[in-house]
Amino acid sequence: MDVVTVEHLSKSFGDVRVISDISFSVHQGEVLAIIGPSGSGKSTLLRAITHLEAATGGTIDICGTRILDGGVYADAAILRGALLKVGLVFQDFNLFPHFSVLRNITEAQERVLRRGKAEARDVALALLEKMGLAGKAAAYPCELSGGQKQRVSIARALALDPQVLLFDEPTSALDPELTGEILKVIRALAAEKMTMVVVTHEMGFARDVADRAMLIDAGVIVEEGPARELIDNPKNERTQAFLKRFSRGGPA
Amino acid sequence: MVKMLGAMLEGSLVSLEIFFLTLAFALPLALPVALGRMSASRWIRAPVHVYSLVMRGTPLILQIIFVYFAPYYLFEASYDRFTAVIVAFTINYVAYFAEIYRGGIQSIPKGQHEAAKVLGFTRADTFFRIVLPQVVKRILPASANEVITLVKDTALAQTIGVAELFRVAQNASARQFSTTPIFIAGAFYFVMNWAVSELFLRLERKLAYYS
Repeated sequence: MDVVTVEHLSKSFGDVRVISDISFSVHQGEVLAIIGPSGSGKSTLLRAITHLEAATGGTIDICGTRILDGGVYADAAILRGALLKVGLVFQDFNLFPHFSVLRNITEAQERVLRRGKAEARDVALALLEKMGLAGKAAAYPCELSGGQKQRVSIARALALDPQVLLFDEPTSALDPELTGEILKVIRALAAEKMTMVVVTHEMGFARDVADRAMLIDAGVIVEEGPARELIDNPKNERTQAFLKRFSRGGPA
Repeated sequence: MVKMLGAMLEGSLVSLEIFFLTLAFALPLALPVALGRMSASRWIRAPVHVYSLVMRGTPLILQIIFVYFAPYYLFEASYDRFTAVIVAFTINYVAYFAEIYRGGIQSIPKGQHEAAKVLGFTRADTFFRIVLPQVVKRILPASANEVITLVKDTALAQTIGVAELFRVAQNASARQFSTTPIFIAGAFYFVMNWAVSELFLRLERKLAYYS
């Protein structure tokens, strides 16, 4: 089953076309890595799927619900319901600074999913445990390292039981020595067959963890295929040129 | 002397009443005005902008006079002076507080709204649970300024004959050919504002648990 299906998606900011005619789908249980140069439209793609930016053309289906049709988004209620199945992890975490770590993870469970306080708390504590942050429930985001913040934000997204988790360069705001802990978490989620789309510059990681990889450049899909194959033996010239700029392996 | 102090105490009570009533009305009313100022619709934004320009662009003393005398000239209706003072102070201070709120609201990073949206929070929940609590922390210093100014501005109520502290002090001063009552009034404003500053410092400390 496809969790996310995107067809002929396009997005322009005024006259500037950031995404043109992109089509792909994400199957249940797979990890899709999206790679490509900065400004190629990778983030915008995730942001169009989550309606943080409005796409200007094409269709998007989430778990069988059409949220974008001919460049027009569905009604607020439908959109909100469908997007509850999608989690998004931001590059710069966007934790709520005035809430404790625990409340960052319980608030949406209680307010959006209407879970009881005790249940929300149990879910949050279990996720913190899983993220290796068992002792941090009472801490505030400002007391955490970047890597810890990002793990809290992953827990916050997972607490709503999404069908798919989108990562928008989850390690780009971190010090190099902290990227490993985030990649480890994503790796563990992949082992549990969590459906994920990861926009990343960590080529070694994409190669080892993702099932499929997609290179986007100038708003179009340049090449798509099994991650290992695409990164080890790129067919397309632009992919080859892009990958040449990365020292292979990298931290992963 | 005792009689004078008694009168000044009464005057200071009037000043305090103006102070607290103005805050009680202006602090909450400034929120919808701030939101109106940021509205997507120019039919809401434009009039609020004009209101803000007029209120901040003309002297409060003139506004007090206008609020009290305009109904009289227009409809030959007169009303309570004290009420007029509260109305004038409120509409004036709403304009200032609204701008402080607006600055605070707009200073909250876009990422906070985006995270809330992606997590499925309603717009109301996003505003009241995510944005507003953070705004409160950010606007405390600017609000303290405004509240301190309000303490001193209460002296303008005498313009339409409301016997607040400064008016009483001036009267006493004229009767006694002495500036002492005026300096006593000065001490009162100072002590009052000292308390206001302390209160705001305490609030800031209370919200210092996060950054």
